Amino acid sequence: MYQYDTYDQEMVDARVAEFRDQVARRIAGEITEDQFKPLRLKNGLYLQLHAYMLRVAVPYGTLSSAQMRMLGDIADKYDRGYGHFTTRQNIQYNWIKLEDAPDILADLASVEMHAIQTSGNCIRNTTSDQYAGAAADEIVDPRPYAELLRQWSTFHPEFDYLPRKFKIAIIASETDRAAMKLHDIGIQLVKNEAGEIGCKFFVGGGMGRTPMIAPVINPFVPPLQMISYLEACLRVYNRYGRRDNKYKARIKILVHEIGADEYRRQVDEEFAHILTLGLEPPQAELERIKGFFANPGFETGLSDEIDRSDPDFAVWVDQNVAAHKQPGYAIATIALKPVGGIPGDASADQIRLMADLAKELSFDELRVTHAQNIVLPHVRKADLYTLWQRLDAAGLANANLDLISDIIACPGLDYCSLANARSIPVAQKISERFADLGRQRELGEIKLKISGCINACGHHHAGHIGILGVDRKGTENYQLLFGGSEGADTSLATIIGPGFSEDGVVDAIEKATDVYLAQRADGERFLDTYRRIGTAPFKEAIYG
Amino acid sequence: MVEDCLRYRNDDPVTDPAVTVDSFADQTNATAVRIEPGDDARALLPHLSRIALVEVNFPTYGDGRGYSAARILREHGYAGELRAVGDVLLDQLSHMRRCGFDSFAPAHPITAEAADKAFATWPDVYQKTVDGRAPIWAKRHG
Amino acid sequence: MKILTGNDLKTGDVVWWDGQGWSRHVNEAVDVADQAEAILAVEEAARRVNASYAIDATVRDGEVRPAHIKDRIRALGPTVRLDLSLKPADPAAGNWVI
Repeated sequence: MYQYDTYDQEMVDARVAEFRDQVARRIAGEITEDQFKPLRLKNGLYLQLHAYMLRVAVPYGTLSSAQMRMLGDIADKYDRGYGHFTTRQNIQYNWIKLEDAPDILADLASVEMHAIQTSGNCIRNTTSDQYAGAAADEIVDPRPYAELLRQWSTFHPEFDYLPRKFKIAIIASETDRAAMKLHDIGIQLVKNEAGEIGCKFFVGGGMGRTPMIAPVINPFVPPLQMISYLEACLRVYNRYGRRDNKYKARIKILVHEIGADEYRRQVDEEFAHILTLGLEPPQAELERIKGFFANPGFETGLSDEIDRSDPDFAVWVDQNVAAHKQPGYAIATIALKPVGGIPGDASADQIRLMADLAKELSFDELRVTHAQNIVLPHVRKADLYTLWQRLDAAGLANANLDLISDIIACPGLDYCSLANARSIPVAQKISERFADLGRQRELGEIKLKISGCINACGHHHAGHIGILGVDRKGTENYQLLFGGSEGADTSLATIIGPGFSEDGVVDAIEKATDVYLAQRADGERFLDTYRRIGTAPFKEAIYG
Repeated sequence: MVEDCLRYRNDDPVTDPAVTVDSFADQTNATAVRIEPGDDARALLPHLSRIALVEVNFPTYGDGRGYSAARILREHGYAGELRAVGDVLLDQLSHMRRCGFDSFAPAHPITAEAADKAFATWPDVYQKTVDGRAPIWAKRHG
Repeated sequence: MKILTGNDLKTGDVVWWDGQGWSRHVNEAVDVADQAEAILAVEEAARRVNASYAIDATVRDGEVRPAHIKDRIRALGPTVRLDLSLKPADPAAGNWVI
């Protein structure tokens, strides 16, 4: 994976110094909270319900074991012994003190990490496919391009006060494992008929209050014009995105209001001008970065056999292990979704264990997924059993990847000042109701996502089953939605009827799964059955 | 010493009042123009040779349209004074400079010393813009 | 009644105006009547509190009860991690927020 050179290191160090000065000025009263707030947000520091919260960037979801170990140590040293992995491949700490924040950033900088632009009206962490560099179906590893994007977007002087936040995802396969079309800009690396790689740009997707699937704005931008095209896209947004209404300020509203064709026209005009300016990093820079993402020295001639005699291990292999492009290897997902647990949370000890396992068994590399799980991308099949045993001993061998208890949930009203309802207790109750793994496997793939407010950080619009927590006259209430999907067949979930209490929504989901089991045709997932038979049979079962 | 206007040019400041973008084309004697956030800086491109001062107003620091306006003007060869006025705070100076501003008239005055320190925040820069600084990728590859 | 709340600037701790200073315990919150704005202006300017605001509250069973569930959760701590809340020994503490 990418390693900083002295330039990269001095940039994060300069940022730490800048923020240390800003914090000192805030504490001394030289700047007001209004003036300080955007500055701390651009270093990932929120003021949440109980304390400051720090969101640390994990660029394109990739980190080394040393970095993972530091994340565990930070949890112990500055927080209350745990961290929360997020739906944008980042990690959050919930109990941070402002006066510690500069030291935390300095600790992060010592392992080539940061919290730069993880909040604020600027370009956020660029996310990618958690199987990048390991999956057989990618046409190229998207992460070098993501790294190029990271550097271009870091401290970009023109785009530091956008109308609103800006989220970019980049993938390189037809299978979309990063919800790419639900981003402000989604880039899919594709091949044209001549076999050349290009960037397919989707602009104007997003969730939140008004979910939208991004339309294609340019089907093929040569890689050596990617940065110039991004400049054009961002400049049009910076100039013409709405600034009159916070809830209408994302680029999806601009693209929707002026139309994709007009947005494309404006971008093309800007793009033609920008191409004359020589802003694009040279091919040599992309090649230099690619050098860090070469195959990590896979062995050849390894066995593809897996000894499945331990039935619990066999279940875990079936559920949590995916095919690797290299014979003899596999991609293993550590699901941070124990029965009745808090989705995406991991203790400092668990984080350090995962770091150790990565170092020993996965070429020193881990990934964070937007489903709030951890991936060890390069595990020898021969080592899978050892890995599973070590995970099992630490309560991390939940064999529920993509099953109903593999829930995506935002922190909700237990932690977040934006929330209207709690989301974690709902996740816990659902997880407990469906605790039986055999039952979950019978139900098959169900992507269940819970948001505690309309901002949709839990991605409920993209859930096969989505839950939105609302405030109904001071009481928490939950709306149920079906039929969302974030893959190549991206669709937005639709609400099925009046909302429920916390216990009511769990019952409703159970009834929905009963309908699915009764109605499904061969090979259909819940999502497929829903798309085929529609809402009516579910409504009838749930509302009577 | 606290300054009303921080200026980083060697020529004499323009004393003409700045007119609006809308009226500039017709006011053939005007040499100074003021861009509001909703104005299109491109409207000035045909007239760059007779402009000596462009003021870009930041009514609130969170409205970043002025950064694009400045950069567009510099990209098209505008060489006159480019001044950020209004809610301009110390922590924005560095980025503003990188977008081509060479003078600043903040509503709340900033000392020259503090400004110098702000400009020195970044030892290097990742992006090529209009400030002439070589981006890191250029330094890496000669 | 009207009570005042906010966060400690340096630590982020949730705090409540107790008449003289800022307490971590909601039961020490006092009714400020119509003095909210005046008090907060002074306290914010002195940086003795951050992100402060006034809320409605009642007294129930001798305890101060913020009107909105969000502030009740702020007063207690996360209901899903009571071990990190102000009532770690009380497994039913979460019921109070509802």
